[in-house]
Amino acid sequence: MKNRFKNWAENYGLFLLVVVLLISVWEWVVKQGFIPSFILPAPTSIWQSLMENRQLLLEQHLPATLKEVLLGFILSLIGGVIIGGGMHFSRALEKVLYPFLVISQTVPLIAISPIFIMWFGYSIWSKVAVTILTAFFPIVVSTYDGLKTGGEEYREILLTMGANRWQIFKKVQVPLALPAFFSGLKMSVVYCVVGATIGEWLGASEGLGYFSRRMSGNLQADAVFASIFLLSLMGIVLFLLISLVEKQLLKNKIH
Amino acid sequence: MNVLSGEFVSVIGASGSGKSTLFKLIAGLLEPAQGQIWINGQKSGKRLGKVGYMPQKDLLLPWRTVADNVMLPIEISKEKKQEKMSEIIEGLNRFGLAGFEKAYPHELSGGMKQRVAFLRTIMTGRELLLLDEPFGALDSMTKHNMHSWLLELWEDLQKTVLFITHDLEEAILLSDRIYLLLDKGAVKVLKVEIPRPRRSELIYQTEFIAMRKELELLIHNEK
Repeated sequence: MKNRFKNWAENYGLFLLVVVLLISVWEWVVKQGFIPSFILPAPTSIWQSLMENRQLLLEQHLPATLKEVLLGFILSLIGGVIIGGGMHFSRALEKVLYPFLVISQTVPLIAISPIFIMWFGYSIWSKVAVTILTAFFPIVVSTYDGLKTGGEEYREILLTMGANRWQIFKKVQVPLALPAFFSGLKMSVVYCVVGATIGEWLGASEGLGYFSRRMSGNLQADAVFASIFLLSLMGIVLFLLISLVEKQLLKNKIH
Repeated sequence: MNVLSGEFVSVIGASGSGKSTLFKLIAGLLEPAQGQIWINGQKSGKRLGKVGYMPQKDLLLPWRTVADNVMLPIEISKEKKQEKMSEIIEGLNRFGLAGFEKAYPHELSGGMKQRVAFLRTIMTGRELLLLDEPFGALDSMTKHNMHSWLLELWEDLQKTVLFITHDLEEAILLSDRIYLLLDKGAVKVLKVEIPRPRRSELIYQTEFIAMRKELELLIHNEK
């Protein structure tokens, strides 16, 4: 127990110390009046605003955003794996799809989002569409690249055992692809939060992005910061969840 | 070049003389541009899945336990796992791997990994085994132990083995016959007349040393 705490302190102690220091300096600078609070609210007033609005934030806006994020992530996951896997199996498909994938990522999100609003209206699907557009690319690329990961020698030895293509895919290529795949997932889930927020900024009736936009219109900087705090907390928690699954699955895959 | 049933035949040759290519041809990973490969009195077209092949690296799947690695050929041939379980446990015991069933490859020593890979090759159930420098990456002490172990095991293994090595001592100690791949495609055969069962201490006996000298001369003269 003591050892675990020591380990933990060694890993995160310095980071936490800096965080505490930064927040203290921030608080002091604002309280002293060096920076006006409508530009940068003090941490305590952000916390206060969070508490004041906690019912609205935690019961309405956070669940709304989380729903968009999760829906976007799951659809990206399914689509990304299918497209990435398909590109691995078919060279023709790869040649056709790869340019489209790259194009989809060069289109400015802010410019294309109004189109989604036009198509899907103010329903959840316009936000999910933006989320998918930001989140599926890392999944496709990591699936595709992961399946290309070496393994030529493993392939040969399985061939001499009489394995067919499917068996080699299942027993060698998928396990070898998993580390890259999880890197993609971790990136993707963080992008999902970004995508959902942008979607909400452009047209929504609820969600943390919508809330922060309304509050910035009201010049309530502390409420804006409160929703940003919740958004990044959401990203961190989702990232950690995937890391946890990864750790469990890949425990013994280190060479 | 031929190998008889139940024989242990070594192939010696300089790097680049095509030893590993020869093995890939026999295993069916490559097709010959000329010449033919006969197995069990038949000209063999499709050879993949017909001979056991063990490459230089152990190539154990790092995410599988020892038992699961050994199980791999059985999974691929879609045999019943339960039926083979006792055979695998017996094999692990015989290979000095008892108690390591649930260990992962990175937890094993080099010699143990090689033994797991060898057991996996045997579990393919093929009669002909191609071993490509299986002890090449081991230190000399471990290698010595593996020789004693293999000599002991060999008597009741009843397999046909084709064995690539750079180590003359190893070749003489283990083989019934030795093929020398020399320059310009020339091949020489040597019969090892030392009776079995053999022990690894044999390497200090005069007949063994004489044999080694002869082998070295053959290689040297060619250059």
